[in-house]
Amino acid sequence: MQELSSSFAIAFSLIGTLDADLFEIVGLSLRVSLSAVGLSLLIGLPVGAAIAIGRFPGRFSLIVISNSLMGMPPVVVGLLVYLALSRAGPFGVLGLLYTPTAMVIAQTLLITPIVIALARQTIEDLNTEYAEYFASLAISLGHRVRTLLWEGRYGLLTVGLAGFGRAISEVGAVMIVGGNIDHLTRVMTTAIALETSKGDLELAMALGIILMLLALAVNLLLSFIRPSERVGKKRPAASY
Amino acid sequence: MMMSSGIRRRILRLLAGVLFCGFSAGVSALQDSIVIQSTTSTANSGLYDYLLPLFEEAHDIKVNVVAVGTGQAIRNAMRGDGDVLLVHAESDEKQFVADGWGVERFDLMFNDFVLVGPVADPAGLGEADSVSEALMRVSRSGEFFASRGDDSGTHKKELALWRSAGIDPSEASGGWYRETGSGMGATLNVAVGMNAYCLTDRATWISFANKQGFTVLYEDDPPLFNQYGIILVDAKKHPHVNAKAGQIFIDWMIGKAGQTAIAGFRQSGQQLFFPNASP
Repeated sequence: MQELSSSFAIAFSLIGTLDADLFEIVGLSLRVSLSAVGLSLLIGLPVGAAIAIGRFPGRFSLIVISNSLMGMPPVVVGLLVYLALSRAGPFGVLGLLYTPTAMVIAQTLLITPIVIALARQTIEDLNTEYAEYFASLAISLGHRVRTLLWEGRYGLLTVGLAGFGRAISEVGAVMIVGGNIDHLTRVMTTAIALETSKGDLELAMALGIILMLLALAVNLLLSFIRPSERVGKKRPAASY
Repeated sequence: MMMSSGIRRRILRLLAGVLFCGFSAGVSALQDSIVIQSTTSTANSGLYDYLLPLFEEAHDIKVNVVAVGTGQAIRNAMRGDGDVLLVHAESDEKQFVADGWGVERFDLMFNDFVLVGPVADPAGLGEADSVSEALMRVSRSGEFFASRGDDSGTHKKELALWRSAGIDPSEASGGWYRETGSGMGATLNVAVGMNAYCLTDRATWISFANKQGFTVLYEDDPPLFNQYGIILVDAKKHPHVNAKAGQIFIDWMIGKAGQTAIAGFRQSGQQLFFPNASP
């Protein structure tokens, strides 16, 4: 395991010397995965809230489907997006294959089910908790959704982090739709796969360490948004 | 401790900023660019890292390389997902052109395949007089053999070598014959990990950094010749193909500048590819 210590040395020297290629790859990883998280929250939160609060036919099926899609293999998502965006595919004319946009699309598809499923659970629990309060005030549905999303924001932040973790760590989808093109679509995970196949295991592991540090930094940054426990558990002032 | 809401808002704004840069990521520069569908052997050996800056210096064309197995590269090109095809499976390449997918095939460069394995060489490949005998020794000994198993150029070559040795390794699939279904480097990692013999192109082998106790055991035999070809995808099949820039790239590669550059590419002091385009 002495490779591990040399990997740490390589990792810190790459960071320390502000290696330009590394920063480009890290930057693209963040841009792609954060964009995917943003889009999946835009899609997933309203859908998750609708399933949580609404009572409509097919609701149970939607819950089962979104829960199952959480286990969708990235490589399958990649393949689907590849077939759609390939020049011979239905969206081929857009010329999006082998671009960061294609990678954002793939990762968005990958993590939206996670956001829907987890957001539904969070909001449903909160909705039960606040049932009396909502009934007593007889407020509109829109107001109710807004209140739930706002009151559940810290739980939903964790939902976003789960999606981010899945996006930043997957390699199967971005490899197929991005093509791992140097200075264009190479991200951390595809770079790690490439260095592994070159047999440069220490550099590959060093990149892995940097990826972990990156995830740590993002989580740390977001944890500052979250206030202390005391405030997080407080009920809405209006209810008392 | 509670963060002041001012700082929190600032962090949120920062995150939002990062998020929205992402949406502009797909907007590429106006620079002319082409996509090459190519093999893992050329990419893993570092050839493109060496060649492309030289080409891009001479011409204002950005070259994007997608490195997959030859089989996948050909299929991707047929779907129109590339402007130039650079692979090593001559008969498939000729078929590609004959079927109208490619304009014309040019010989570009060559090197050779080698059989690698553990230094101890339990099957005795080092004593073989022909590549057929070497493979026969592997199958008789029951020692592991790691195959690409991915329809790549190297895989096609390996299957042809087994055929001419009169052996059907698929019967031993999962036994001593292990198909990794992965790229060249990944397969070499597997071979090293399970002490298996392996057929690899010499370029990938020389630049491979995880050799451990492995070495070349059988080499320098005409059947192990490895020819690379280059083809422009036909714009008649796929009108969006950047034929102009693709042709400039091909002309450069098979011309004096590209051929000299290929010959000048070294790893560990060794020449990995030998230019042989007809002038």
